[in-house]
Amino acid sequence: MLRMMCFVMAVMASGISAADVAAVYDFDTRSEEQRYQNLIAELRCPKCQNQNIADSNSPISKDMRNVVYQMMLGGASNDEIVESLVGRFGEFVKYKPDLDSRTFMLWATPVIAVLGGLLVVAGVVVRSRRAGTVAPALSTDEQARIDKMLAERNQNGNG
Amino acid sequence: MKRFWLFMPLVVAIIVGVVLFAGIGKDPTKLDSALIGKPVPAFSLKDLKNPGSTLDESLFRGEITLLNVWGTWCPSCRDEHEALMWLAREKKVAIIGLNYKDNRDDALVWLDRLGDPYRTVIYDPKGMLGFDLGVYGAPETFVIDASGVVRYRHVGVVNGDVWEQVLLPVINEARGNG
Repeated sequence: MLRMMCFVMAVMASGISAADVAAVYDFDTRSEEQRYQNLIAELRCPKCQNQNIADSNSPISKDMRNVVYQMMLGGASNDEIVESLVGRFGEFVKYKPDLDSRTFMLWATPVIAVLGGLLVVAGVVVRSRRAGTVAPALSTDEQARIDKMLAERNQNGNG
Repeated sequence: MKRFWLFMPLVVAIIVGVVLFAGIGKDPTKLDSALIGKPVPAFSLKDLKNPGSTLDESLFRGEITLLNVWGTWCPSCRDEHEALMWLAREKKVAIIGLNYKDNRDDALVWLDRLGDPYRTVIYDPKGMLGFDLGVYGAPETFVIDASGVVRYRHVGVVNGDVWEQVLLPVINEARGNG
């Protein structure tokens, strides 16, 4: 039984590796390879919209990976590579869009949400602090007026 | 003041509702082309129907054209073929084909069998011009004005409705300006 399971798992694993034949790119240095990996992780596949081009197996992602590699070989900087792809496919391919008037809310919303949350927390804390220090129910002035009124009432009642 | 805070959840819900409502009906798989307002990228590719001749971007000068990206491997291109035939025949639209990541023999058989709506077909087996145009899924149809500038890109099948409601208005505008 164990042997059978091992066999099945081996077959499945080989199926996975066979399905995912990607072009293999050679890099001279480790840091170049890391740069390539970072770039393709940051670029978004226009066809399969919620994948980056590193994960996607679509033909367009393969083409885009190939262009990234070729441009790296040509000595292009990261910005040049990203800009060249944005020039063709639009801002959509960037997972980190630039900060401009259109994307301002996109970038600002997390900050606004956190600040809003802090305000609420601060409000709750201040309020509970205030509730903690028990204010006297009546000021001395009021107490004096009450005493006077009660005294008058007693006099009237008795008289 | 306390009353005001009681209404805060309602205010937040309304703001979120407005933002989300704006997104309803937008198809996220249809992206605006990055090339709108820019000239067709430079290219030098063979003519599908005349293998001896080479085409370049000057093909798009002088007349408003539709640039239709297709391939025999693309089922939706088969779906829109009738509509392209109709546009070429009935509406006298100048359609230029971009045979994208395909092979010449298959493409010629396809045109022979289904009819040929294209004035010229650019043969792009490696998808080089397609890549420069930002093509991410055939079929795609670009409206290109008489000076060779991209005016619009439609992703997906062209049919009578798309022609009437989407492409024709863009073409009329391009006519007005140039």
